[in-house]
Amino acid sequence: MRVESEAELVEAVRGARAPLRVVGGGTRGEVGAGARLEVAISGVRLYEPGALTLIAGAGTPLSEIEAAVAAEGQRLPFEPPRWGALLGLAGESTIGGVAAANVSGPRRVQAGACRDSLIGLRFVDGAGIAVQAGGRVMKNVTGYDLVKLLAGSGGRLGVLSEVAFKLLPAAPAQATVRAEVPLSEAGRVLAAALASPFDVSGAGWLPGQGAVVRLEGLAGSVEYRAGRLAALLAPWGARIEREGSAAIWRDLAEVQPFHGRTGDIWRFSVKPSEAAAIAARLDGEVVLDWGGGLIWALLPEGTDARARAAPYTGHATCLRGRAPRAEPEAPAVAALSRALRARFDPRGILDPERAG
Amino acid sequence: MDMPVPAARVLARKQEIVARLRAVLPADSVIDDPAETRAYECDALSAWRCAPLAVVLPRTTAEVAAVLRVCTAEGVPVVPRGAGTSLAGGAMPTADSVVLGLARMTRVLEVDFENRFIRVEAGRTNLSVTAAIEGEGWFYAPDPSSQLACAIAGNIAMNSGGAHCLKYGVTTNNLLGVTLVTGAGEVIELGGPFCDAAGLDLLGVVCGSEGQLGVVTEAVLRILPKPEGARPVLIGFAANEIAGACVADIIRAGILPVAIEFMDRPCIEATEAFCAAGYPDCEALLIVECEGSPDEIAEQLGLIREIALRHDPVEFREARDAEEARRIWLGRKSAFGAMGQKGDYICLDGTIPVSALPEVLRGIAALGRDFGLEVANVFHAGDGNMHPLILYDANAPGEQERAEALGAEILKLCVAAGGCLTGEHGVGVEKRDLMGVQFTAADLEAQMRVKDVFDPPWLLNPAKVFPLAASAGRRAGGASRGAAPDPEVFGPR
Repeated sequence: MRVESEAELVEAVRGARAPLRVVGGGTRGEVGAGARLEVAISGVRLYEPGALTLIAGAGTPLSEIEAAVAAEGQRLPFEPPRWGALLGLAGESTIGGVAAANVSGPRRVQAGACRDSLIGLRFVDGAGIAVQAGGRVMKNVTGYDLVKLLAGSGGRLGVLSEVAFKLLPAAPAQATVRAEVPLSEAGRVLAAALASPFDVSGAGWLPGQGAVVRLEGLAGSVEYRAGRLAALLAPWGARIEREGSAAIWRDLAEVQPFHGRTGDIWRFSVKPSEAAAIAARLDGEVVLDWGGGLIWALLPEGTDARARAAPYTGHATCLRGRAPRAEPEAPAVAALSRALRARFDPRGILDPERAG
Repeated sequence: MDMPVPAARVLARKQEIVARLRAVLPADSVIDDPAETRAYECDALSAWRCAPLAVVLPRTTAEVAAVLRVCTAEGVPVVPRGAGTSLAGGAMPTADSVVLGLARMTRVLEVDFENRFIRVEAGRTNLSVTAAIEGEGWFYAPDPSSQLACAIAGNIAMNSGGAHCLKYGVTTNNLLGVTLVTGAGEVIELGGPFCDAAGLDLLGVVCGSEGQLGVVTEAVLRILPKPEGARPVLIGFAANEIAGACVADIIRAGILPVAIEFMDRPCIEATEAFCAAGYPDCEALLIVECEGSPDEIAEQLGLIREIALRHDPVEFREARDAEEARRIWLGRKSAFGAMGQKGDYICLDGTIPVSALPEVLRGIAALGRDFGLEVANVFHAGDGNMHPLILYDANAPGEQERAEALGAEILKLCVAAGGCLTGEHGVGVEKRDLMGVQFTAADLEAQMRVKDVFDPPWLLNPAKVFPLAASAGRRAGGASRGAAPDPEVFGPR
């Protein structure tokens, strides 16, 4: 089933007699059975460049949003990554799918996560009731922040029909400071960069490249900060990359080293200083983002990566593989989450894992 | 302002309830002498006050949990309190409530520069979080203007902002984790020194829930390295519209100042009379601050100058040194004090789309004339967070009611322009009964369902945020009696 308006979405949810599998572009590898419900509520509803605000139907293709804001010299702050090539999934990401999965790219270390730029949304809950949360202004504490609760909920509390984002000016210039260090040294390089006053907008480690640190902004400012940062990281042999900078960050956002490879794909969100030790215990191929706070791992099929990586402060997601997708929660937290799902989706319509 | 009738059942059992609290807390942690509870009868919304049944000042998370278990068992409402600086009545008690103050939980528990976080007890003041780390060149970004006094617990409850949100975000964007004690007295950890939630983002909905979902006793906060420097410019304009257009042009030009502050003529005149900051005689002025090294600041200010000159400014004043920077900020930082000197005032904080600025300022001026009251405007222009200050005389009969009525009309204007009732102060009791202006019954029902889950008997700060009529059934009988809305009635708009 495919819905093209919020009214159709309401009808579809109210009419459903068995669990639905809600998809945007189907590019994030969400699992589950259930009848497919494609949210194709598409189009930019409002775009005010002077107010750094955009509202769009949840089914609007991400590329359409990016083109619209780029034409005005602006961008989505959190650099939404595409995982289609990584997971071997065709299809075009939608802005609602990005919000429902709360996916964020390398700029998360500077500009925050997807949920931090998401300032409003509309959703249809499991009873088929349409709800507005947040609004279109970036400072808003009127009532509970249901926007955060829905962001990253995977559509399990409600199906997004519309999203509103805060935007930022696109940076006219960028540069990357790169140090060819082994993984075991990466944490120290990245921590030093992130502790500097140079407003780092990306900090990761790629096999074959080493530690990479991005600076963005006005041209003169980028040149100044790149010079200072390269000096700071000189003990690790840091150099400034100008021409190749954008490609490095696309590769990191899309986890290019794992493209076309077989095996299970995992993400670990952890305390950055633990990254090297966790990576060593995982004993597979690894890419680091978010200053070491995000570990991408490619492991042999069927690996129990959580057991292998333990102990860690954070959580792991199995994006491709047979292991449970999400980290089990502490019992008290899981009980609250279950109760919320029961209140927002009393019939279990939005729970594809329940479908037989 | 209406508040629920205190539960006679609770008032009658005061001695037993206090005795049970004394049994689980040290002797100096329970206050029930009316002379001493008076200090807790209001917060910074001081026009409204009510002494609580008792006040508890626990020192540990375990003590907080013990208090909540007693209060749940006794069916006593609990009003959590940070430092009592809420402008919305968020910490205002009812006669049948126990105020749970965090003023004795102020320790720094962990500082981790490698992983860029600090873990503190939630009663610690906002400014003293930065004070604990600034020696090493770090800071905690959210900076509400009450930061000298306000507590992190209250910042989390209200999702507080500040002047530098355009670049650094508000509390929720800088909060990594909390230790939360639920109404039932269960201690849970949400988030931590890592990114994102494994499941639902419960931390995200706890932040800004005004003490209605649990009591936050510890917080993990993101800390940032201090920029190399910062420098403001002051730009005066002949009309509010021109200043508004200049703000939009700066943002569109791709510059991201850390702050863009706006003051209108009534506010400029009041601050000049108060502190003689040397502001120009004009209709509106902007203070724009940029960060970085001296050369980087010069690069940004050069662009801002170019844009400003296209708007025929009355004055463009660049701070050349620290003293000039201080003088540019002096009037802005004294604005509230200057208003206080003129008389009583109500400070609103509705937020609007930046593009609606000139139209809303005209509307506010017209409403002020209709109500016969002066309104001064000083606000964070970059993010549209208005701060209209309504001046009135509390001793003149009926004037406070008239000022409150004007405030309600101004907030309705903000919502009609595409904005919201409150950008950083919170709803509390002050804006509770206006929630229907911004939200449908179905929207409010969805929010109240979250409280049903975290606090089934509705004992945590129960008479706040939601219109009393909307929450009446739940407050009376707990969540089990809260009726689900009929889809036929509350359908999509």
